[in-house]
Amino acid sequence: MENKVLKRVDYIFQESSVVEVIELITKTFKKTPDDIILDVIDSGLRGRGGAGFPTGLKWRFAKNEDSPVKYVICNADEGEPGTFKDREILETVASKVLAGMCICGHSIGAKEGFIYLRGEYNYLLPHLSKVTDDFNNQLKTKNIDFTVYIKSGSGAYICGEESALFESMEGKRGEPRNKPPYPTISGYNAKPTVINNVETLVYAYMICKMGVEKFKELGTKDSRGSKVFSVSGDTPNAGIFELELGMPLKDFVQDFGDGDTKAVQVGGASGHCVPRKHFNETIIGFEGIPTGGSMMIFNSSRSMYNVLHDYLEFFTEESCGQCTPCRVGCQQLLKGIEAVKKGERKPQYLDELKKLSATMKVAAKCGLGQSVANPFNSIIDNFREEIIY
Amino acid sequence: MNEFLVNLKINNIPVSVKEGTTILDAAKILNFKIPTLCNHPDLTVAGNCRVCVVEVEGSRLLSASCATPVSEGMEVYTNSEKVRTARKHVIELLLSEHNADCTKCFKNGHCELQDLASEYRIGDHVFIDMVKDRSKLADMSSPSIAKDDSKCIRCQRCVRTCEELQSVSALAVINKGDHQKISTFMNKPMDDVVCTNCGQCINRCPTGALTERTYLEEVWNAINNPSKHVVVQTAPAVRIGLGEDLGYKPGERVTGKMVAALKHIGFDSVLDTDFTADLTIMEEGTELLTRLKKALVEGEKVALPMMTSCSPGWIKFQEHMFPDLLNNLSTCKSPQQMFGALAKTYYARKKGIDPKNMVSVSIMPCTAKKFECNRPEMRDSGYQDVDYVLTTRELAMMVKQAGIDFMKLDDEHYDSIMGEGTGAAVIFGATGGVMEAALRTAYEIVTGREVPFKNLNIMPVRGFEGIKEAKVLINDVKPEWKFLEGVELSVAIAHGLHNANELMKAVREGKVVYHFIEVMGCPGGCLGGGGQPIPTSPEIRQKRASAIYAEDEGLPLRKSHLNPEVALIYKEFLGEPLGHKSHDLLHTHYKVRKRY
Amino acid sequence: MSNIETLVKTLVEKHGKTRNSLMPVLQGIVKEERFLSEEAMISVACELDLSAAEVYGTASFYTFLDTVPRGKNVVRICKTISCHMKGKDEIIEALENALKVKVGETTSDKKFTLLTANCLGWCHKGPVMLVNDAVYPEITPQKAIEVIEDYVKNTK
Ligand SMILES: Cc1cc2nc3c(=O)[nH]c(=O)nc-3n(C[C@H](O)[C@H](O)[C@H](O)COP(=O)(O)O)c2cc1C
Ligand code: SF4
Ligand code: SF4
Ligand code: SF4
Ligand code: SF4
Ligand code: FES
Ligand code: FES
Repeated sequence: MENKVLKRVDYIFQESSVVEVIELITKTFKKTPDDIILDVIDSGLRGRGGAGFPTGLKWRFAKNEDSPVKYVICNADEGEPGTFKDREILETVASKVLAGMCICGHSIGAKEGFIYLRGEYNYLLPHLSKVTDDFNNQLKTKNIDFTVYIKSGSGAYICGEESALFESMEGKRGEPRNKPPYPTISGYNAKPTVINNVETLVYAYMICKMGVEKFKELGTKDSRGSKVFSVSGDTPNAGIFELELGMPLKDFVQDFGDGDTKAVQVGGASGHCVPRKHFNETIIGFEGIPTGGSMMIFNSSRSMYNVLHDYLEFFTEESCGQCTPCRVGCQQLLKGIEAVKKGERKPQYLDELKKLSATMKVAAKCGLGQSVANPFNSIIDNFREEIIY
Repeated sequence: MNEFLVNLKINNIPVSVKEGTTILDAAKILNFKIPTLCNHPDLTVAGNCRVCVVEVEGSRLLSASCATPVSEGMEVYTNSEKVRTARKHVIELLLSEHNADCTKCFKNGHCELQDLASEYRIGDHVFIDMVKDRSKLADMSSPSIAKDDSKCIRCQRCVRTCEELQSVSALAVINKGDHQKISTFMNKPMDDVVCTNCGQCINRCPTGALTERTYLEEVWNAINNPSKHVVVQTAPAVRIGLGEDLGYKPGERVTGKMVAALKHIGFDSVLDTDFTADLTIMEEGTELLTRLKKALVEGEKVALPMMTSCSPGWIKFQEHMFPDLLNNLSTCKSPQQMFGALAKTYYARKKGIDPKNMVSVSIMPCTAKKFECNRPEMRDSGYQDVDYVLTTRELAMMVKQAGIDFMKLDDEHYDSIMGEGTGAAVIFGATGGVMEAALRTAYEIVTGREVPFKNLNIMPVRGFEGIKEAKVLINDVKPEWKFLEGVELSVAIAHGLHNANELMKAVREGKVVYHFIEVMGCPGGCLGGGGQPIPTSPEIRQKRASAIYAEDEGLPLRKSHLNPEVALIYKEFLGEPLGHKSHDLLHTHYKVRKRY
Repeated sequence: MSNIETLVKTLVEKHGKTRNSLMPVLQGIVKEERFLSEEAMISVACELDLSAAEVYGTASFYTFLDTVPRGKNVVRICKTISCHMKGKDEIIEALENALKVKVGETTSDKKFTLLTANCLGWCHKGPVMLVNDAVYPEITPQKAIEVIEDYVKNTK
């Protein structure tokens, strides 16, 4: 394994005007779509929304579909507890996001792009609309046939899941679809669609700007480049930080902890809880613990029962409710730890619940239900006493 | 198009299936049963119950077999340890939020969830009981549908039915997360929303969450009340459906045994809705010819196309959705209601019974008929014309409760009067049947000749295509029908309210021109009615249709106008079709209802 | 035509008469009215040729598309973990006392509805409060009350 140390980077938040990004777009478009996609594949860029799918491959799949209508969607539904970096990116460097969308559109043959902005970020709309209008107009003057529209969410975490997001854009309940078919074959309006996280799109743009080699200098074999982290919880340095991927958690805690860190929840409510004893060997990246960027730090004053209880409450409410393992499973896990805490069930009941979470992991319909086991097992396994007593 | 074959292995056994086949269907070919709950052959795939998950080699996740297409080289395990654990968990989870008082449940013994629980021996399962409020009363507001959320497993089969098959969407999924449930607009009671009472959702609900409102006890009480004369009528489609709930395979005709059973049960008179189906043809056929005459000869503006009115779910649909087309509906009551009005007048008079002491029961393949008999207009006899409607399923329950060994019964005949029906009446039970019966009669009245179709079988109006069209050229007419000479009669048939909706939109927009339209509210017509035995599927409905047409061919009389009892009632009582008496007893009017 | 019907018509004209416009239309109504009345949902269903139940089913999926009456200002306090750790309970308590309502309720003058929300995306600056679309990070009980007082002054 490559040994990396914590390193702060400054790519994403470098100011960039609409004029600048349009210049880069025209320059990039001198390359063929296939070459652009090859660059993105070569860069090793993987999705920053959590799942980490190779971005270039996704684009290639969509490109290979034979359809007159295709879409690019920027997933700005950022709802994972502990994640707030996409908001910051859109607030400060929206032009780069738009550029990433345009480059993607050009590469796959899409003429329309949508930003799905969570309702909680409505305050951003005036600013974002202005930048987008400006961007669209300038594209027109350059005869580039691509337009970006903004759609809003209305308070449903699950709409960050790509197929639920399409449903929502189609005016329906945000219930995730069956897969296959995957979005690159049948996404929004059943058309081939590339959906990428806000940050992914900015990195795609950055790769075109600074070149593949420069991007590849950062990170590890499995986790190329840098990533924007959202740091919250018991830390004197809460905020948004761009860091090189592949760092050991130990380094991170050293920089961001308050000296009394007991655990770090990596990847938000649906991520893993890493206890102090594992800080040394835990790598932040796709080879270790992947994350959409959320790092929640807990010090020894915190009850991990409360933490888990909060998470489970969150999932119970935010599950779309359609599939059995998740709808009922979340409620059972929540009520289960409550019952154990109150002594209504024996501590061994936690083992039944772990089996249940294992079923949810493999049998739930979408990533929400599948990932509840992550926080559940990692907290139960590492802080069993706190749950029981 | 080229059909590609995909090779895969299920439980180590190789199989080749067409591209696009689901794992579930591929497993069926090998006779591996995978349990399902949200899946239904009539509906789009949901993939939400997750009870059908299987293991696919190389995948970390289990796959919902109903929603996953096969792929080349796939290796599937339908009963691995991982699968069994997950499946059991899913059933246990469903039960943990389920008000499982099976012994008191209408679906006891006919419930897919119960079957699974019993198959997997879910004993006192481990999870916490989360039935929110056991005492919560079910929604009994509708005279047709009972809705008990405490028995709902959220498979959404009802919602898909109401939307995809019926284009009504009275039911929807509401809320999310732990509050998600199946409900109506603003949780209004079922009798206060656009629900047509068609009962198609009941046919597809795997549990006791949606059932018919049952009137079994009321009917038993009437039978056991010596001062009551209880007549029962049986709709055409009951005789080809009932067997399914009493040990027969789909498509078995049990007319004679059904009559015998009804007599055993103790009805005072066992009569046939077929009689009034034939009567309907006389009335409705005359109404059509009158409208055509007005339009073609007198140049009057009459509502054409005329539309059939036998299906009360369709009527309520039209009242909600196309109130502007209500004048196009035939004013004829449904055969059930014609029967009811005549039972307490004509029948009562002839038998010398005070209608006050009569109880009129009908056995219907239909839940909307329960609503229909309660419509305030349906009291032309001076009493409620039909007192209780039982579904085919409820009749099967009565037969069982009466301890009758149905299969061993000897065939018996309907009583008289109002017990005679022709083959034309029997086919009312299949989509296109009313049209076929009407054409058989109208064509012959107008031309003096039989319809020009081999063996009277008007094939173009048969079959399960959503919207069927046919044209019949009328020539060499009798002198009094001169105005129809050379007219090509243009007709259309729709079954299932989704198809009706499409057809009505086209009519409203003037995109299509017909003289006569038959609509049945349920897929396949009454044979697929909301009161018919469960389950239902395209294959089952096909078998029922074959049985109906076989019954028709087996009858000596196959044209409504040849029904001797029909001739008699006109002579003795009604006078002539559309006459004064008919108008009073056999025709009705409709009500504009709001869609919202 | 009632005000609501006019509003719905305008929104449908703006966004298009297809199901794909359902969300923006509902959002437009909530922006003006703070919630979706029965009349509003029926009107939308009519315009988009949907069943009323479908509109209600969709609306009720989304936390911000309220289908019960709300006050002129909707106050939402983040209740998720980071804000929980940073003292959302005290904020809620302060607001409950100031507004004399419990979470979920609307003040008798219909000016405020107090609600909680899941993570609002400001975890580094918790606790966070949302009033309508405006965000108030790093709120204290004192600040929360001041913000509300501003709204009292500015709400007719
Ligand atoms: C419950 C759930 C919520 C999600 N929320 C988000 C989100 O808010 N933002 C996001 O970019 N991806 C989210 N995702 C991941 C998306 O489904 C999808 O993988 C991602 O947008 C793809 O973009 P990427 O490849 O650029 O990461 C979520 C997934 C699940 C299962
Ligand atoms: S896992 Fe949860 S969120 Fe995903 S489809 Fe199932 S119920 Fe919905
Ligand atoms: S719905 Fe089925 S499982 Fe539930 S109580 Fe009724 S019979 Fe039992
Ligand atoms: S009875 Fe028919 S119309 Fe009513 S809810 Fe069921 S399917 Fe829909
Ligand atoms: S009412 Fe029946 S069909 Fe509808 S979701 Fe519930 S269990 Fe399924
Ligand atoms: S039957 Fe396949 S998920 Fe329900
Ligand atoms: S936890 Fe409150 S804003 Fe994220």
